[in-house]
Amino acid sequence: MPRTQPLRTEAIVLRQRPIGDADKVCVLLSPAHGRMEAVARGVRKTTSRLAGHVDTLSRGTFQLARGRSMYIVTQAQTLDAWPSLHDDIDRLSLAVGVAELIDRTAMPDVGSRSLYRLTQESLARVAEADDPAAAVRWFQLRWLDQQGYQPELDACVRCRAALEPAGNGLAALEGGVVCPDCHRAGAGAPLSSTAFRLLRYMRRSSFDLTAQVRVNRAAASEVDRHLSALVEHALDGRLRSSSFAQALEGAARGARNTREVDHAAV
Amino acid sequence: MQRSPVTAPTLARLIDAFHRLPGIGPKSAQRLAYYILRAPREEAEALAEALLEVKDRTQLCGVCQNITDVDPCAVCSDPNRAAETICVVEEPLDIVAIERTGAHRGRYHVLHGAISPMDGIGPEDLKVRELLARLGDQGVQEVILATNPNLEGEATAGYLSRVIGAMGLRITRLAHGLPVGADVEYADERTLREALTHRVLMDGEPDRYEAR
Repeated sequence: MPRTQPLRTEAIVLRQRPIGDADKVCVLLSPAHGRMEAVARGVRKTTSRLAGHVDTLSRGTFQLARGRSMYIVTQAQTLDAWPSLHDDIDRLSLAVGVAELIDRTAMPDVGSRSLYRLTQESLARVAEADDPAAAVRWFQLRWLDQQGYQPELDACVRCRAALEPAGNGLAALEGGVVCPDCHRAGAGAPLSSTAFRLLRYMRRSSFDLTAQVRVNRAAASEVDRHLSALVEHALDGRLRSSSFAQALEGAARGARNTREVDHAAV
Repeated sequence: MQRSPVTAPTLARLIDAFHRLPGIGPKSAQRLAYYILRAPREEAEALAEALLEVKDRTQLCGVCQNITDVDPCAVCSDPNRAAETICVVEEPLDIVAIERTGAHRGRYHVLHGAISPMDGIGPEDLKVRELLARLGDQGVQEVILATNPNLEGEATAGYLSRVIGAMGLRITRLAHGLPVGADVEYADERTLREALTHRVLMDGEPDRYEAR
């Protein structure tokens, strides 16, 4: 790589991995340069001035020098640290899901301002919104749209019949909703009318409007399941971070059961 | 690593072996191999014996999962160590760092890693089950979560806190803040926020201000 001027860019730190004795490789998402990998030297030492500015799930401005095989972080300044992501394990788990999806699909040297803005806004919403899970739902639907996998919600993906809310199914492999007739014939997983309406509303509305919709837990879980299936089909693989979300859910359930048993014993 | 045709195969094998070690590049591997070649035979034998011995004689302590020659390890079998406080660390080397401070007189538990959601490393890949088994029946009152202040350490601490929280134990986490010798001017937003939130009284009182 020829020596050139240092590169300055704003970026979101999607993840890190240790390298060498005290260094880390930071995976960055830049609006102009797409996915980038840069070595942050010495950041595992407590004396590092850089460490806090290259924290995972933060946004900052970076100055990068071109190394032999990878960029080297020479300066960094945090713009958004989103501390509540690190203080709240449930928000952290949801934000990791957002970062993993972007990490696995953003391309090096392919800048996308819309993808960057979606990532930035989604992480900020997961950090601050009253219902961070709603922010992830909205993010996943927009991500599917940006990747060219927008689910079909208007006409049956099999027979092209216009869709009404009741009796439908969702066929992730076929990219959308199937009508009651096709669903009865075995296509798709059951899709309740509430979940169908929510998906349609989310598709045409801003996040602020979507966040005002009160959804019961069962419908929210159903939409989560369907969106996960659509995302994993588009990704052609499972989201690794979903296992952690399930482990957390299991731990919360275990804690609730223990409290109930204790309460009953008293 | 590409072998030079002029390097003897046995020497090249030793260079390859050193090169496989973490943090050892090709030049360092060559230097180490030539050093062993020129060193007295006794030195090479001592090194070889130490390598084999560490593989043959060390094991995980059945209680704290630290690496030890005897089971239970010296810390777990020391009656002067407070059994009611367990400091949970990611790696055995973290114990060495904490022991250097002399500030912890309780016992330890080594997880042998940290939860890494993006790499698919979950609690079942760590020594979490062994930790939970210890907490049930040994009079433990406090669990200090000494995981690293990064995403993996936070995920691990958050998960453990949720699992252990139901047991009614006191759960604490190492404080975050400015490192000794650092300049406030260069502190990042999150570290400075943590340092302010957990600021301490100047008269040496142990009580901290509540976060506000």
